Amino acid sequence: MKSLFQYLKEVFLGFYSLWTGLKLTLYYFTHPRKEIITEQYPENRTTTINIPERFAGEVILPHDENNKHKCTACTLCEMACPNGSIKIISVQEESEDGKKKRVLDKWIYNLGMCTFCGQCIDACPQDAIIMKNSFELSVYNRNDLVKTLNKPGSKLKEKE
Amino acid sequence: MENNNNIPIDDLTEEFVVNIGPQHPSTHGVLRLQATLDGETIKDLLPVLGYIHRGIEKMTESLGYKQSIYLTSRMDYLSAHINNQACSLAIEKGMQIEVPERAKAIRIIMAELQRLTSHELWWGSCAMDLGAVTPFFLAFRDRERILDIFEGNTGNRLTMNYITPGGVMFDVLPNFASSIKELLVKVKEHLKEYEELITGNVIFQHRLKGVGILPRELAISMGCTGPVARASGISCDVRKYHPYDGYDKLDFKEIVIDGCDSWARYKVRMEEMKQSIHIIEQLIHNIPEGEFRAKVKGVIKLPVGEYYQRVETARGELGVYIVSDGGNKPYRMKFRAASFSNLGALKPITVGAKIGDLMASMATIDLVIPDIDR
Ligand code: SF4
Ligand code: SF4
Repeated sequence: MKSLFQYLKEVFLGFYSLWTGLKLTLYYFTHPRKEIITEQYPENRTTTINIPERFAGEVILPHDENNKHKCTACTLCEMACPNGSIKIISVQEESEDGKKKRVLDKWIYNLGMCTFCGQCIDACPQDAIIMKNSFELSVYNRNDLVKTLNKPGSKLKEKE
Repeated sequence: MENNNNIPIDDLTEEFVVNIGPQHPSTHGVLRLQATLDGETIKDLLPVLGYIHRGIEKMTESLGYKQSIYLTSRMDYLSAHINNQACSLAIEKGMQIEVPERAKAIRIIMAELQRLTSHELWWGSCAMDLGAVTPFFLAFRDRERILDIFEGNTGNRLTMNYITPGGVMFDVLPNFASSIKELLVKVKEHLKEYEELITGNVIFQHRLKGVGILPRELAISMGCTGPVARASGISCDVRKYHPYDGYDKLDFKEIVIDGCDSWARYKVRMEEMKQSIHIIEQLIHNIPEGEFRAKVKGVIKLPVGEYYQRVETARGELGVYIVSDGGNKPYRMKFRAASFSNLGALKPITVGAKIGDLMASMATIDLVIPDIDR
């Protein structure tokens, strides 16, 4: 008798706890506007999408309006990168007063090998590079992943 | 089939080998379990590893110290901050630099948030393994909020590379404290929902109680740590015994339950979430002002010697062992990962049980496969 009672009690308890759980589900079912975290991507890509300023996306070398950047071609970022996705090609240039100087020729960035760790940004003493918060980085051709970041004809920005 | 009744039924059956994984929804990654079954009873269980071996330990030998840290995020990806912290602490030990107080506080907050996300994800996936899908979405809802905070402050959601030798990469945003306060209110509310939905569910309790019994002695001999060991009555919280980054100044309880079964493991994690919230609450109102990063040279060189640092990740004890020959790259870096040892306990607790209980045991051990393989 006792075991039957126990059994029935368990069946009842099972249904009861099922109901408690379902009540919660039902609550959310009837309150569909409460706590939505779903992003309607890609529909919202131009409207509500919120990518934080710090989001570690593609590495870029910002140029100012006179087509000048801050990179001194010191290659510290190249050494800091764990994946070898940076290649700094520099050339020796002679200024008017005869001093030899190393200037940046090509800042080559292989996006396909980058893990967005941010070590290069951290290593750069000039703060010449930053990470943009862009994230739609796919391209059709693999070769397009290798980018030259300095624009043609760009110069080093002199320190004031 | 022709059957004359003289042959006992036992001789007509034979053992059957089933491969669970590497692509199985309830192994959460590429772990292959080779189960020898007799009917539904598990006779033998052989975990086959190596599907996601990346050679992280070897890779560190050709990268510098700073560069190795980002790799550790990819071991136990649900405890990325804590892994980074472990590696940074070991390197700081070698360099003998003092971490600013502000950085320490930020580190602990991040680590505890990480523990919270990890346990939340575990809660969802544990319930999903046992057949309930709704909890998974509820868990992801809260986790998403915490990940948003990570994304805003550290720039990444999963593999942060935020904690570095000397402190943290960048200072937290001005709204950090207020956003976390807001978040904790929500999380506490939702923890109640979790309890309502799953913990109180009799069917769920029946699936876990008395299943996957890991006795205390076995847990010790298998080297289990973290919630798995604490559910077997072993007090082993590294945050208590070998405090780092100022855990000794905080008030929190180590959750030890003597149940030894899957239910105890479930309870330990649920309670740990509350403790994590408690720790964050103590710190969030008074993050010290000042530097967030001590000055560290661009290329780190450690003096010749050996350095060891242990931390408590969401899954147990992570040990980082560095041997330095004085150069700018580690001579050897060894990681003692929690999941690997915890996996060892899976065979003894499931052999002899039914295959349905294997999922329950595995779910409550909470394995992260890249942590096992490295
Ligand atoms: S973000 Fe990391 S992987 Fe990418 S280029 Fe910079 S250092 Fe290299
Ligand atoms: S980007 Fe910065 S670190 Fe890299 S070469 Fe230029 S100045 Fe040096």
